[in-house]
Amino acid sequence: MLKTFSLGGVHPAENKFSAGQKIEVLPVPEQVSVPIAQHIGAPSEPVVKKGDEVKVGQLIAKSTGFVSANIHSPVSGKVFKIDEVLDASGYKRKAIIIKVEGDEWDESIDRSEELVKDITASAEDIIKKVGEAGIVGLGGATFPAHVKLSVPPGKTCEVLILNGVECEPYLTADHQLMMEKGDEIMVGTQILMKALKVDKAIIGIENNKPDAIQHMSALANNYPGITIESLKVQYPQGGEKQLIDACIGRQIPSGKLPIEVGAVVQNVGTTLAVYEAVQKNKPLFERVVTVTGKSVTNPSNFLTRIGTPLNQLIDAAGGLPEDTGKVIGGGPMMGKALSSIEVPITKGSSGVLIMPQTIAKRPKLEACIRCSKCVSVCPMGLSPYLLSTVSDKAIWDRAEEEKIMDCIECGSCSYTCPAGRPLLDYIRLGKGKVGQIMRSRTK
Amino acid sequence: MNRLTVSPSPHVHSGDSVKKNMYGVIIALLPALAASLYYFGLGAVIVTLTAVVSCVFFEWAIQKFLLKSESTIMDGSAALTGLLLAFNMPTNLPVWIIIIGSLVAIGIGKMSFGGLGNNPFNPALVGRVFLLISFPVQMTLWPKPVVSQAHYLDAETGATPLSIMKEGLANGESVSSLMNHADMPSISEMFFGLSGGSAGEVAAVALLVGLLFMLIRKIITWHIPVAVIGSIAVFTGVLHLVNPDAYAGPLFHLLTGGVMLGAIFMATDYVSSPMANKGMIIYGVGIGVITVVIRVFGAYPEGVSFAILIMNGFVPLIDKYVKPKRFGEVVKPAKA
Amino acid sequence: MNVVLITIISLGVLGALAAIILYFVAQKFKVFEDPRIDQVEEALPAANCGGCGFPGCRAFAEAMVKSDDISDLNCPVGGADTMSAAAAILGKEVAAAAPMVAVVRCNGTCENRPRITEYDGATSCSIASSLYGGDTGCSNGCLGLGECVDACAFNAMYMDEETGLPVIIEDNCVSCGACVDACPKNIIELRKKGPKNRRIFVSCINTDKGAAAKKACSAACIGCKKCQKICPFDAITVENNLAYIDYDKCKLCRKCVAECPTNAIHMVNFPPPKPKVEKPVEEKVE
Repeated sequence: MLKTFSLGGVHPAENKFSAGQKIEVLPVPEQVSVPIAQHIGAPSEPVVKKGDEVKVGQLIAKSTGFVSANIHSPVSGKVFKIDEVLDASGYKRKAIIIKVEGDEWDESIDRSEELVKDITASAEDIIKKVGEAGIVGLGGATFPAHVKLSVPPGKTCEVLILNGVECEPYLTADHQLMMEKGDEIMVGTQILMKALKVDKAIIGIENNKPDAIQHMSALANNYPGITIESLKVQYPQGGEKQLIDACIGRQIPSGKLPIEVGAVVQNVGTTLAVYEAVQKNKPLFERVVTVTGKSVTNPSNFLTRIGTPLNQLIDAAGGLPEDTGKVIGGGPMMGKALSSIEVPITKGSSGVLIMPQTIAKRPKLEACIRCSKCVSVCPMGLSPYLLSTVSDKAIWDRAEEEKIMDCIECGSCSYTCPAGRPLLDYIRLGKGKVGQIMRSRTK
Repeated sequence: MNRLTVSPSPHVHSGDSVKKNMYGVIIALLPALAASLYYFGLGAVIVTLTAVVSCVFFEWAIQKFLLKSESTIMDGSAALTGLLLAFNMPTNLPVWIIIIGSLVAIGIGKMSFGGLGNNPFNPALVGRVFLLISFPVQMTLWPKPVVSQAHYLDAETGATPLSIMKEGLANGESVSSLMNHADMPSISEMFFGLSGGSAGEVAAVALLVGLLFMLIRKIITWHIPVAVIGSIAVFTGVLHLVNPDAYAGPLFHLLTGGVMLGAIFMATDYVSSPMANKGMIIYGVGIGVITVVIRVFGAYPEGVSFAILIMNGFVPLIDKYVKPKRFGEVVKPAKA
Repeated sequence: MNVVLITIISLGVLGALAAIILYFVAQKFKVFEDPRIDQVEEALPAANCGGCGFPGCRAFAEAMVKSDDISDLNCPVGGADTMSAAAAILGKEVAAAAPMVAVVRCNGTCENRPRITEYDGATSCSIASSLYGGDTGCSNGCLGLGECVDACAFNAMYMDEETGLPVIIEDNCVSCGACVDACPKNIIELRKKGPKNRRIFVSCINTDKGAAAKKACSAACIGCKKCQKICPFDAITVENNLAYIDYDKCKLCRKCVAECPTNAIHMVNFPPPKPKVEKPVEEKVE
């Protein structure tokens, strides 16, 4: 029996069209718009102004707090303007727009392909470096990585868990990274282990990627302390709480962080970025993005500079299909539908999914038949039917009692509902409201 | 370019629908329907057709003329109610009684609460219990099962195993002698449906095939049927062990009357059953216990319908106090 | 006979006992309530809409009775008449608040503001607005999903099918502010009803730069400041590319209405313009 998490879960059609596609380097675009809010936490503060010359990797926006992240220029050129640009949030938000001239990298970045295995930096240096490089969780949550690595006083980390699950259907970026950059990820893992002062790391991979499991297991023999855990395919295994449960059988109590059970989770893509930041002095300004969809001509995995407009990736994958009905930033379960294909790629863009019109629309809405399927698939053991109803009726105290804040917004309930009810839409609304109420209470 | 659709996540759907579930249950009922046609022939045809057609008609008429809302008859829920109602009636029931039963089931049991999804009680059982109380004579005249039956109202009637047992015990006979009673079918006959009873309840084997189908298609989970059947088996088993002469054994109780139909198809009705797995087990055990209490200590020979309706009433309470097991409620001890 | 007697006596004793217990309990747990609260509540409209800021009319009545200064209490539903009636019961003075009415500050009709995407989520403005800026190029404007209409307890709003915007039925609007709170985009504002119910307001809240705003919606305020310049009473301010008319300063001269290049300034309940008169008529304030 393969391991998996204990409660609920669904298994949507995997549709990994771009699996096995080598990571292609996307040409540098003519212009990039780099939003200053690409991560969870406070938006960064621009440190460049209109007309400034910038190099690749140069700091252009500074972190404004502990939970915030630096942003570096993904291109070399001139700052065209700092203006409001429509981004993946669906709203116009402040971004630094840079006109590209050439491709001149900052001198301090080691651009060689050579693998640097010796870790010379101390734990404190690593955390500092990760913070400076502006690394955030690349799985999509975009939580600043250095915050996770700073274990709060009184707590100890026992194990590092790497997320190579990629449980979202369609997406293959992490899979491909493990295949092509396995050694770098291994060194990155050791860097993280050093920073966290642990001697054990587990890389969780779902068994629909047997090649990655085999490849990584073979590599792991050369790196002490790292083991590979092959997991049963089940969504949302990539959720932090679910992954910890699946790998080490511990459940994080409601409202607590992973460190409560002695674990820290990082995505494999993040781990690679940590390797590059610490060993190669390269800040986070590019990432691997899957461009995929049923009607896409060439589903691909692209190495893309942050700030590249989406349509360039789509063009590189064979252009926008005729029958496009929906463009999603991220995977189909938790990704965000975009209102324009000109929005820029950000640190959190794991994929671009293009859905044909035939499946872009939601199913017809019917009355709840109390079939209890939403309850049985909820990985957090909540009652989605109830949470959605109380949120719709604005009964916030009841929503809080029913632990609405535990919802991880995985979408398993809406996915399953035979009546096509938008359960998660209402739960998300309720979460926002209850969160506000709880915060105002503590103030 | 087409206008892009924008909606909150998730962007994919399982493809499951109310229709698929309802027709799934109807398909699961087909083996029992076949058994019913085999044993009760013409009567089964008339009763089933009348109930299904009138239930669908009443739902359509109420939505069209009273509620003036969109019609939902195509989702299969009205047809399912009709089918279940038919399965709960003797096959020699006059058409007009069946129509009254359908009207009560759909009109009072379902639409008066707001239609599908809002009815606190199982509509088919509301219809059946209404008829049982209003027309006790007609509702307890059971035609004998005869292969390729061509009689309808004039079919030869006989007692059900449960009523033979109830009366016999009341007259001071012992269980073992009653089991050898001339009219009492053997356990294997009961299993294959060769005994008197409602249209759809007699053939346990056909109902179990339906259960298997629903479990494989994930239409229902095992919790309610297993809880009902298990609790009846345990309860009657204990009674039988205490006094084998006064109380019939668990196999007799499980294979007679509406236990199988009730446990598999009536108690598992989505709308009127609890949401959490633990709640489903409490609900199922409640049904089992009440059924046995009515059968063994009560006035009626059969109690499944009443038991389910009573437990339907407890569902909101169960849902309020029995929550699914939450993630992280109990921190497992560290393995490492 | 004996049986009857015993029955009567035992029941009588039982009844008397119960009465005594009830009497003492009632005495023990008696809560004194100012009888005037009931009277004031009687005078209130009993709409329990919360427009006064209190949870229902009873709470408002209590507040009126308890507080010495009731000048900042106002029942928008009942208006001046109700307030003075209620104040009379208490022998207190009440300042007459100008009647208010809700206005919809968006004119992004289907015609003015082309739809560029299609929303397919739950029918709720809050959900749509947390998802994105809306199905048009304007991320400030009305989403047209009718959360305000649902919030209205006085049947004073409906969604216009043709324009996709909510419409306020002035006669029914009691200015309780439920719609103002319901709108996640803050489009609806309570404004002074104005003399003869006439008022002028900017029917737009788009803060984008002129060109962007205009591209998204032909009736958008583009922040050109023409209205600000022409206003003789300094009633108009332009901030964040958006004009706002202060209803306390506006004298309803209507100069700005004619000046606005995008017709974003709306006037309500004015008589239709006479065809030949050129010079704009200045309304006298009543």
